[in-house]
Amino acid sequence: MAKSPRTRPRMIVLHVVVIAGAIAMFFPFLWTFITSITPGAGFSIAPQLWPENPSFEAYRTLFTERPFGRVVANSVGLALVTTLAQLFTSATAAYAFSRLPFRGRGVVFAVYLATMMIPLQVLIVPLFAELKAFGLLNTYLGALLPTFASAFGIFLLRQAVNQVPRELDEAAKLDGAGHFRVFTQIILPNIRPALATLTVFAFMSSWNAFLWPLVVLRSPELQTLPIALAGLQGQYTTAWDVVMAGSIVSILPMLALYIFAQKYIIQGVASSGIK
Amino acid sequence: MVLPTALDAPTVPAPSRAPRSRKKPRASAGYVLTVLAFLLPSAIPLTLFVLGPMVAAAWISFTEWNLITPMEFIGWENYRSLLADERTGEVFLHTIGYIAGYLPLVYIGGLALALALNQALKGRSLWRGIYFLPVVTSWIAVAIVWRWLLNPNNGVVNLALGWFGIDGPGWWTDPDWAMISIILASSWKDLGFVMVILLAGLQTINPDLYDAAKVDGAGAWSRFRNVTIPMLSPSTFFVVVISLINGFQVFDQVYAMTGGGPGGSTQVVVQQIYDLTFRYGAAGEASALSWLLFIVILAVTVIQIIGQKRWVHYG
Repeated sequence: MAKSPRTRPRMIVLHVVVIAGAIAMFFPFLWTFITSITPGAGFSIAPQLWPENPSFEAYRTLFTERPFGRVVANSVGLALVTTLAQLFTSATAAYAFSRLPFRGRGVVFAVYLATMMIPLQVLIVPLFAELKAFGLLNTYLGALLPTFASAFGIFLLRQAVNQVPRELDEAAKLDGAGHFRVFTQIILPNIRPALATLTVFAFMSSWNAFLWPLVVLRSPELQTLPIALAGLQGQYTTAWDVVMAGSIVSILPMLALYIFAQKYIIQGVASSGIK
Repeated sequence: MVLPTALDAPTVPAPSRAPRSRKKPRASAGYVLTVLAFLLPSAIPLTLFVLGPMVAAAWISFTEWNLITPMEFIGWENYRSLLADERTGEVFLHTIGYIAGYLPLVYIGGLALALALNQALKGRSLWRGIYFLPVVTSWIAVAIVWRWLLNPNNGVVNLALGWFGIDGPGWWTDPDWAMISIILASSWKDLGFVMVILLAGLQTINPDLYDAAKVDGAGAWSRFRNVTIPMLSPSTFFVVVISLINGFQVFDQVYAMTGGGPGGSTQVVVQQIYDLTFRYGAAGEASALSWLLFIVILAVTVIQIIGQKRWVHYG
């Protein structure tokens, strides 16, 4: 890129604007944290940028007076199972849609994609009735089953499988490999970045899921973080330090995952936008 | 189809090799089993927990049902009463109002950021990372945090406005400002998502196009207008389609920020579906409303897919 003297002031202004914007974007997180360590923050006490008597009392309240230890464990467990299930169902489906031609495949794929357009809200009532009939209301399994297959994951992995050169399959087949060996030994190792992207997305969507867990997990000891957080807001209407501590507990693991896997998350979002 | 491989070289005769399989007229039983083995792990959950309930929702929409006592078939009655009820129009208007505020804000903001971050900035990936951060957080946490930022009492936004002598509004406690509060929180959360999509689109534009435009004497604005915008149109199309689909389904942030209030001023379609089901025990009417919503989303999406030929350029 040519750097003429004329573009330098322009670049400085650009830096200032971008950095100021980033600070503004980050500020709500900072303010959330500051509020969480300001005892009694709320109606009468406004938090200050440098709290006078910072304390982690609000976090202690969460984990002693409220069952937040259990809630965090629930969220982690459900997210792990959902992620493993989606990796399995998405990878196998992606292989079928990319490598196993059969009559009506285009229609089946279109139906799969169409499920992305169905609002979860349309399904809530019948799903509720269905799981009630199976006796799965208020169970982990009931919360998990509807999350096992994801049209987004299938779409993402199919794009990746399509990009694996078919010559690799052909070579393995000449060596006598069947579809299962081609799948496990050729395809899976070659779509590792897409699998990483899906891992992060599946974990994230389970961790942040709200409506379905809200409907199916009624007992307090089964609740996940977003549900417990919404409940916290109802109970501690003016104790904003406790509510903000709950928000930090919910945000922090995603923050860690994001810093660790930024590349895959951004790649996943970016690739979904390219035809 | 015959692939040209080294094995096809005529110098080595391979008498034992079977003729290369052409398109088989009928699949063998083993092949059918293979297809099923790969397809069923996803087909079973999608059928049981998406497609099946979808059809069931259609059936339920023709019944009167409170989730407990047996369903009673009442034909088109739910749809008739929904269309006659002025609240139905209201909840759609609120939803469209949300989209009308959110989409321009998030698109123009995302585009400006993508253009800025497409330059050779120092620490570019750090800034990009910070702008994207809200995308990975949960809607509930975001809604709660924004309720606090926009709190009329001791909320930081009104405190800051106070420094300039401005008496801040009641935000989510004021019917005139509640939807604006939701739009602000939603735009903050999704800005980074739109930015990353558009940034990826910008990076696929061939730099030669800009050079050619420069040679033709095009200024910065003209290059933006005649190269960037058309070449970015597939990404723009994607952002608009996804935003409209998600926008019509807006719920989590409304539920956690206002619950549809105050005075029903932020009652959106999905909040109405939720209330009908779990508050008023009108699951049949809720299912009918959810089908109406689905049909609206489908129609809006199909119109965009048809309309894209007029403005989307695939390179």
